[in-house]
Amino acid sequence: MQITDTDRRLLRQLMAAPNDTTAALAERAGVTPSTAARRLEKLSQNKVLLGQERVINWAALGFAVQVSLRITLDKTDPRAFDEMLGAARGVPEVIEIQTFLGRVDLRLQVLARDMAHYQEVYRTRILALPHITDIEALMHVATIKDDEALPL
Amino acid sequence: MIDLDDIDRAILRKLVTDATLGTGQVARDLGMSQPATWRRVRRLEEAGILGGRRILLDKQALGFGVTVFLGVKLATKGRVSLEDFERAVTAIPEVQTVEHVLGLYDYRLRIVARDLPDFERVLRRRIMTLPGIGEVEANVLLSEERLPGPLG
Repeated sequence: MQITDTDRRLLRQLMAAPNDTTAALAERAGVTPSTAARRLEKLSQNKVLLGQERVINWAALGFAVQVSLRITLDKTDPRAFDEMLGAARGVPEVIEIQTFLGRVDLRLQVLARDMAHYQEVYRTRILALPHITDIEALMHVATIKDDEALPL
Repeated sequence: MIDLDDIDRAILRKLVTDATLGTGQVARDLGMSQPATWRRVRRLEEAGILGGRRILLDKQALGFGVTVFLGVKLATKGRVSLEDFERAVTAIPEVQTVEHVLGLYDYRLRIVARDLPDFERVLRRRIMTLPGIGEVEANVLLSEERLPGPLG
C-alpha cells in the first residue's frame, strides 16, 4: 500500500493521543472526519495499523524489579536459538524476548517482586535455560522515555 | 497495592493483547455483565495497573526497516552530566526508548531507522555528539516478541 502524507499525519496524531476520537484526530491532522475514517480503515485493512495494546504497569502489580538479561548462546548447536526461545517462553517472569545481530544473541526482560524473588527466578529458571554460554545483567533503574512512537 | 483475582487477570490478559476491545466484548468473552466488567476495568485503571494505550504499527510498511538497541556508557558522571545527556537524548526523534540501567552500561536506548545507512547517520550525527557520551555498543534487532508475563 502507498502511504501518503495524510496517512503519516494521521498516524502521528494517533500515536500522540490513542484515546482521541476520529473527529479530533482529523481536526489536528487538518483533514475532514470522513477522510480520516476512510484512511485509518484502509491502513487497518492493509495491516499497516495493527491494533492497540494496553500498557501494564508492573510496579503497580508488585513487580518492583526489572532486569534485562543479555545472553550469548553456544552457536555450535544449530538448534540453540529455537530451543532457547521455546524454553524462555515457558518462564512466566519473562515479558520480552528479542534476538539480535551483534555482540549478544538474545535479550530477556525479566520481572521479579523483589531481589530475593529475582535471585530465585535467576537460579531456578534462567540458569536452567539451554545453550547459554554467557549472561550479563542490566538492572532497570528508571524509564526516561518510552513512547515507542515512529518519527513519521 | 490491590489484590487481583482470576477475573481481573483474565481482563488484563484480554486488554493487553487488544486494547480496542470494548467492555461489552470483554464482558461477553468472560461471561460477565457489562457493568461488572466496567467497574473492574475502572478499578484497574485507578490503581495504576492498566496504563495508557500503545498503537501497534507495521514499521517495515512505514519505511522503518531497522531497529537497533544501544548500550551507552557515559564518559563523565555527575548529576549535571546525567541531566544534560538525558535531555539531549530524549529529544532525538529516532530514539524511541531511553532506560537508565545499572550494570555494564548506564543507559539502554531503542532506535529506529529507515535502513543501515540511515542508522549510521543517526549514530554519527546524533548519538556520538551527545554530551558526556562514552562507550557505545549496538545490537541490531532480528526478532521480537512480547509475552503476557506473570498474568497467566
